[in-house]
Amino acid sequence: MHLIGELAAVLATSLFIFALYWMNDPKTARRGVVAGVTGMTVAVVTTWLQPEIIHHGWIVAAIILGFVVGVPLSRVPLTAVPQRTALSHAFGGLAAGLVGTAEFFLWTGEAGGPHLTPFRLSALFIEVILGFLTFTGSLMAAGKLQEVRWIPQRPVTYPGQNFVNIGVLVIAIALGVLIVLNPTAPWAPQAFIAIAVLAVIFGVLLIIPIGGADMPTVISILNAYAGLAAVAMGFVLDSKLLVTAGALDGSSGLILSIIMCRAMNRSFTNVLFGAFGKAQPALASGEQKAWKQETVEGASQLLDQARTVVIIPGYGMAVAQAQHKVRELFDALTKRGVIVKFAIHPVAGRMPGHMNVLLAEANIPYSALVEMDEINPEMPQTDVALVLGANDVVNPAARYNKGTPIYGMPIIDADKAKTVLAVKRSKNPGFAGIDNELYTLDNTWMLFGDAKAVLADLVKQFGSGGIH
Amino acid sequence: MTDFGSMLFVFVLATFIGLGVIRRVSRLLYTPLMSLTNAISAIAVVGSIVVTGADHPLTIRILGAVALFASMTNIVSGFMITDRMLKMFKKQ
Repeated sequence: MHLIGELAAVLATSLFIFALYWMNDPKTARRGVVAGVTGMTVAVVTTWLQPEIIHHGWIVAAIILGFVVGVPLSRVPLTAVPQRTALSHAFGGLAAGLVGTAEFFLWTGEAGGPHLTPFRLSALFIEVILGFLTFTGSLMAAGKLQEVRWIPQRPVTYPGQNFVNIGVLVIAIALGVLIVLNPTAPWAPQAFIAIAVLAVIFGVLLIIPIGGADMPTVISILNAYAGLAAVAMGFVLDSKLLVTAGALDGSSGLILSIIMCRAMNRSFTNVLFGAFGKAQPALASGEQKAWKQETVEGASQLLDQARTVVIIPGYGMAVAQAQHKVRELFDALTKRGVIVKFAIHPVAGRMPGHMNVLLAEANIPYSALVEMDEINPEMPQTDVALVLGANDVVNPAARYNKGTPIYGMPIIDADKAKTVLAVKRSKNPGFAGIDNELYTLDNTWMLFGDAKAVLADLVKQFGSGGIH
Repeated sequence: MTDFGSMLFVFVLATFIGLGVIRRVSRLLYTPLMSLTNAISAIAVVGSIVVTGADHPLTIRILGAVALFASMTNIVSGFMITDRMLKMFKKQ
């Protein structure tokens, strides 16, 4: 039985690696899901068949409940995918924390404590701390993304915040070290519970100073934490399968975090402890430049006369659920011989790849979705750049204005296009609270309104024959 | 029982494989990648099954059952939503 278990673990691990390997191309990616499901089934079945498993009813009940909750969660609208992802990180963290807690009380209950080696206990504390902080941190992130009423959307900051946060974590780690040194002490269970509670608190404290624009990075970091919690669980349970699968998840979170941080020109510590989006002191720029507003008719004429149009989507497109209207505009323009491309900034939206998924949902061919680095050289030859609910990722101030929090962030060069059309919901600054210089440039025309409504009007202009 | 050293060894190698494979993932697919790795790391289900199903005290098994439920939710919703998203990319 032991040999079968080992072989099953090797098989499941290989399938998981293949699953990720096939994600390198949209054409093979669905195979990856099949490989992943097969690997998971192999692992579950061989574990379940072990002779020490005797309470089958409980397992069946928990699995059924998992389906009852999991199936609806997989059918959320794609605009809600960021919060679903955050919620699944929370579940992953919770599972790690609870299994760690269960193992701790099992081991301390044993006579002589044969499992209480320093290494295993250390792994267990890492598992529990990472697990519980990922649990509450991800719940907070999900709540912010879902715009739950009692969770503040804007970053919450107070003096000495970093000191408090790090203090909480340091106390939890110190308690862990104390238990590792005295595993059989009578106060160990209480100290353990204190660690779990501190980790739960730390998760909340870690996320409250973080705003919406930083969510792609934060979700990636929480993804890495959830993976590392699974790795730690593997060390605790002596399971190479868990260590491997957790390491794959952790490295994925790590790579995505690095890409997101680079795309914002910020460091990990700056994202976690920098509190982006604080109200910044007003920049004393001499004259206040005015916006030039364009009508839908004028905008459709501009688009109709263009040969190349680059659409730059942002979170505003997701909020307005405008992706299907984008598709209609794409069709109308393509039919007229206009070349339409989409410029995707790595941090556009609320999670990595958010815009790609929304546009794919609307059936826009993925060959039209172009990364920032590839589209920027083409921007000077572009006739119209249509900015659709994107804000900070097209703000030219990021290039030179050291006074803005987005200074140094790579941007899509919308301002270099011959004409810029910017669709914007309101006249307020974006999530990061920064004025966007793009809107007041000489070649920029504003279209105010909900992205979906504006696009519908534009498409109607093309359809009604108002343009020839 | 496997020793700590060989577990560490597995961890380091798996991380390098992970970094190598993930770096090649299409940028179009970062969102489905995250839901897929999430489902895969719910392999924690294996630990939860042992805690829930073995002959342990009741409170321990309750902890295990909740963990099992959480992992199972991630497996089901993770794989299903990944497939749903990837289907959209394949249609073209």
